Amino acid sequence: MSSRERILGRVQRALADVPPDATPYDQAVSRTYLSEHGNRSVEETVDLLAENLADYRAIVHRTDGAGLAGVIAGLLDARGSASVVVPPGLDEGWLAATEVAQVPDRAESTSYELDQVDSVVTGCALAIAETGTIVLDGSPDQGRRRITLVPDHHICVVRVPGQVVSSVPQALPRLDPTRPLTWISGPSATSDIELDRVEGVHGPRTLEVILVSGE
Amino acid sequence: MSGTFVGMPAFPKAAHEAVHNQTLRGNLRHATHTIRAKREKAVAEVSDWAALREAGKQIKDHTLRHLDRYLVQLEESVTAAGGTVHWAADADEANRIVTRLVKETGESEVVKVKSMATQEIGLNEALEEEGIRAYETDLAELIVQLGKDRPSHILVPAIHRNRGEIRDIFAREMSEWGRPAPDGLTDTPAELAEAARLHLREKFLRAKVGVSGANFMVAETGTMVVVESEGNGRMCLTLPETLISVVGIEKIVPTWQDLEVFLQTLPRSSTAERMNPYTSMWTGTTDSESADGPRTFHLVLLDNGRTDTLADEVGRQALRCIRCSACLNVCPVYERAGGHAYGSVYPGPIGAILSPQLRGTESEIDASLPYASSLCGACYEVCPVAIDIPEVLVHLRERVVEGGQVTRAGNKVVLKPAKGHAAERAAMRAARWAFARPGALRTGQRLASRTRRLHPRSIPGPGKAWSETRALPALPSEPFRDWWQRTRGGSGKDGAK
Repeated sequence: MSSRERILGRVQRALADVPPDATPYDQAVSRTYLSEHGNRSVEETVDLLAENLADYRAIVHRTDGAGLAGVIAGLLDARGSASVVVPPGLDEGWLAATEVAQVPDRAESTSYELDQVDSVVTGCALAIAETGTIVLDGSPDQGRRRITLVPDHHICVVRVPGQVVSSVPQALPRLDPTRPLTWISGPSATSDIELDRVEGVHGPRTLEVILVSGE
Repeated sequence: MSGTFVGMPAFPKAAHEAVHNQTLRGNLRHATHTIRAKREKAVAEVSDWAALREAGKQIKDHTLRHLDRYLVQLEESVTAAGGTVHWAADADEANRIVTRLVKETGESEVVKVKSMATQEIGLNEALEEEGIRAYETDLAELIVQLGKDRPSHILVPAIHRNRGEIRDIFAREMSEWGRPAPDGLTDTPAELAEAARLHLREKFLRAKVGVSGANFMVAETGTMVVVESEGNGRMCLTLPETLISVVGIEKIVPTWQDLEVFLQTLPRSSTAERMNPYTSMWTGTTDSESADGPRTFHLVLLDNGRTDTLADEVGRQALRCIRCSACLNVCPVYERAGGHAYGSVYPGPIGAILSPQLRGTESEIDASLPYASSLCGACYEVCPVAIDIPEVLVHLRERVVEGGQVTRAGNKVVLKPAKGHAAERAAMRAARWAFARPGALRTGQRLASRTRRLHPRSIPGPGKAWSETRALPALPSEPFRDWWQRTRGGSGKDGAK
């Protein structure tokens, strides 16, 4: 007997005392919890996103479509970045104002090459206000998972209010589980030493989020 | 479970040693109190906590009730997404599967995401025996591994170490495993974290095989979910070409939507955050064109005592556990005894009910664990999936003392009462006999009262340990029944009512 049959058989025998139950799953669980905590206007939800991002040590900037390229150039400059990884589908206009060397996200580039790059600029799939989370799904404006992981400085652009949802229950239906998803809430952090929070262990130590309004 | 803890003394002895270790008690008190206060605040932020907790409980109970169906569905989904599913009935089989899979890649080292399941089966030791080195990459796990130590907490395995001890371990041991600690390393957490970053980065960049667990597996989509903070998880799940995930069969949730419950309750219960810094979700492998993440994905579904636990009508609720560790941080016993005293990778209240069920109650340490509790109920109050830990503890105590039918490795067996409880059982039998015979009880009570000056202050023999830490109740000069008879019952007027 294979272990598969053995385990499934054990499960069935273990449940011998449980009466049969044909309730469809959507009726089996009472979901009386909230889909959103509190009543907020759209602006208030965006403000909450900014507040919660900052609370977990992400640096938040706000601008509009016209100012975006200037803000990105300024951030790369202030950081002293010599190079920036660019996902294949990133809006070219976003990097129009910077002279920093652009490294395209290519499948054949190695982790070591990526480790030499200073910054990365991406879009996102959506952002969750109540938890201060941005979610990346590997779309062309976000690139592969590794490009937002290995460089030490991540600049993420969130279109507001279009890409902002209030809560986790509102986020999941808008995401495609077949895509590789990365949820990011503030920069990398650890509390493993005496529960003192330290930002930046293995992921980017600096996360800058630009909220772009006026779509 | 793992051989790591074989030979551990039973809980009372190990706890006795721990409570006399001043550094350990200080570290534990600081850590548990800090996180306890933070968690309370994080939970208070969401007004629907009770509803989330109830939904989490219902989702898990429903899943366990139909576990066979969801396991098969998960297997189909993972396979359809390009992954390969393996089934492991016990620790040895899981270790053999992982070792074979690593060997097939031709590699002799793996990077690991912190995972309770692989600790439970002793995977690192099994790989080591086959010449494969496993690098723990979570900061706390790294501290434990470098310190040749054992984990003492589910979430913060190095909770028993303070910064000075960690500095010494890094300075002494890092060079043996790779990049040495920087010269003049101080004990500030930021510098220690930086040393770990440098030490591990070279391993991440060259790693070809990653090994992980998973916090959740979604049956309908085949999606795996890993929540973490440091980014070491993302490194292991992203950079290697091959990813092997070892996951307990109870980690399934039926639908994608179910994650909305646990992604709200798990971070707040465990690290007291609104959301943990990083959550990675992957479904099988991505197509070769986008080449995002590992090209080969293996899922090893682990039983190792879980189906036996499922067979216990009272104890099966322990399988709802999402390993948040909130119960450890509120437990007055854990706070004083520390994690090592529990003799298992699952310490604290959840460990006290999970380990004796996964491993059976036959060993001395496992028979002692259901007693490692004051039954104060704080663990039940904080549990985000409402596991009634005190109820299961009492149930397991009964099993230890009385024996009875249990399931071991899928077979029904009848357990004998555990050793060391003979005196207790004899006392209970004697009490049953006496209470059924009023005459004998009266005679006994009178005899006891009249000889009370002769009674010893402590009990000899098997009761010695009990009476060492407790004052024996003083006997009255006259039994209550005699007093009642004398003061109200004598005339038969009031007393007969």
